[in-house]
Amino acid sequence: MSGTRAGGPSAAPAIPTGRSRRVRGRPLLHTSYAQDMALLDTRAKRVSAAALVLLALALSAVLTDPALEVLAAAYVLAIGAIGLNIVTGYAGQVSLGHAFFVAIGAYTAAALSGPPGGDTLGYGITEIWVWLPAAGLAAAAAGVLVAPLATRLRGLYLAIVTLGLVFLGEHVFKEWQELTGGVGVGREAAVPTLLGVRLDQDGAFGTREQQLYLLMLVLLVVFAVAARNLARSRVGRAFAAIRDRDIAAAVIGVPLTRYKVLAFGVSSFYAGCAGALLFTLSGYVEPGSFNLLLSVQFIAMVLIGGVATVSGAIAGALFLSLLQPLTRALPALVPVISGDTTQTPNVFQVETVLYGLLIVLFLIFEPRGLFGLWIRVRNYWKSWPFSY
Amino acid sequence: MSVLEVADVHLSFAGVKAIDGVSFEVGPAELLAVIGPNGAGKTSVFNVLSGVYRPQSGRVEFLGEDLLARRPHEIAAMGMARTFQNVELFHNLTVLDNLMLGRHHHFRYGALSALWWFGRARRAELAARAEVEEIIDFLELEAWRRHPVRLLPYGVQKRVELGRALAMEPRLLLLDEPVAGMNLEETEDMARFVLDIRDELGIPIVLVDHDMGLVMDLADRVLVLDFGRPVALGTPAEVQQDPRVVEAYLGGTA
Repeated sequence: MSGTRAGGPSAAPAIPTGRSRRVRGRPLLHTSYAQDMALLDTRAKRVSAAALVLLALALSAVLTDPALEVLAAAYVLAIGAIGLNIVTGYAGQVSLGHAFFVAIGAYTAAALSGPPGGDTLGYGITEIWVWLPAAGLAAAAAGVLVAPLATRLRGLYLAIVTLGLVFLGEHVFKEWQELTGGVGVGREAAVPTLLGVRLDQDGAFGTREQQLYLLMLVLLVVFAVAARNLARSRVGRAFAAIRDRDIAAAVIGVPLTRYKVLAFGVSSFYAGCAGALLFTLSGYVEPGSFNLLLSVQFIAMVLIGGVATVSGAIAGALFLSLLQPLTRALPALVPVISGDTTQTPNVFQVETVLYGLLIVLFLIFEPRGLFGLWIRVRNYWKSWPFSY
Repeated sequence: MSVLEVADVHLSFAGVKAIDGVSFEVGPAELLAVIGPNGAGKTSVFNVLSGVYRPQSGRVEFLGEDLLARRPHEIAAMGMARTFQNVELFHNLTVLDNLMLGRHHHFRYGALSALWWFGRARRAELAARAEVEEIIDFLELEAWRRHPVRLLPYGVQKRVELGRALAMEPRLLLLDEPVAGMNLEETEDMARFVLDIRDELGIPIVLVDHDMGLVMDLADRVLVLDFGRPVALGTPAEVQQDPRVVEAYLGGTA
């Protein structure tokens, strides 16, 4: 117990913390803390994670271009959903303002990479490694500015304030025509160029969709692993502490304000990057896109996928994105539902209702979301065919 | 030199005097018990010490430094650790994560290292894990390591909370009713842990509890409060003989 002696310096632990042996056939027998704390701590996890990534890579060669575009959009939305999960799932600060930060990222990137001297603001910097971090940082800065509200408000009150942010942003983006092109007109989105190679045109690495798909996949993996690392570090633990018991968190040494600001900053960074990438797929940004529905969509992804899990956020984004092609096919199948926004009921209204319904059903029957369903399946098969 | 010095602290909420002129000192490796009837202001004293409440007047010095201008997390970083009367653990986290959170202010790496993980963050986490395992060993929590604390029995939760406070490497430990609601065996275990902490680790302790048997057995000195006012301060034997203490607990003779 020498390590915890009051005032004394931490003694070097005599317990193995570094390299150690693995025992064949005993995947759960860890002989060092390094093994025990690894992200993929069992062989099964390592194999399945590698298989998933390989499968995702292989899909780019197998699927048709329209299908790839849907999946690429899902990956980008997953980055945004992970961001929302950081502030709402891990840190427990309910934010309805995610669409606002997505918009800031989208317009920062679009303005940086837009052609100079056009109708809308543009600086002609099309390299993705410039505009992507810039978009993230701009959104993060906005998040940090909003965060002090979270230190004063809690729960519903914070939700309402962040809701106001969406309407504020929507108005500004609709009126600021120099930047956004205005309602119904819009502007060209960020152009993804990687070291001089334009990824939004058919090129050396395949068709436009294949290149964009691979780009989004790689970025999703990077963002997801970073989020997992954050979640298992002191920062992620501090977020969870603030979510579960904020006073106790302060009393054991977690500075509340600093970590709430950090949560909003990181979350908005993810949102900004997602916003910048999302519209490169269609090549076009319309200021009406950043409405409450987009925020609700992200919340639906988090709740349906699994609160405070990175894989859940990805699963939720994939689930909702793959649902969309199905709902968009509804007008052809059900004559009552119209594909035109001026008609009632139309597909978009049906989608909104469906998101709400799914959130309600998941909260009632499986509050842990798709991630919880996965846990149930896993636990069932763990002891199969025995009951325990 | 005393570890903690509290001098003439007054705290009131509107018309209610929660603490009315309390003064005491805690010496190195001393176990001071604070007792009193319900509403006597025992927990309020703790809340002043950990920075949750700010008293209207008085002076609190911890290791020679003034505490009153500081925020809770700064006081924690100075080495003040506490447990709560009603278990205030982070319910969705595992026992391990709760204990690791106790070490929060000992970490030096930031968010960027955390995102990358390899290098600073990983080294610090592994070292912290080894420290936390010592506490798991000390408090016999091995079987519960991976369990979310909300699923644990109450007695174990109390022990985890003590562990979280120990993980902070405290210079002073505040225990708010560590054996409240426990059965005899759990109480005996907890008493043993408290004594070990003081004797083996040399950490001074301020203890609040209603279990008089425990308090009189463990404490070096006892402070008795009633309606926020100090009634008596002395060794357990002295305090037990004090007629004012009897009056505070049982009421005056009619």
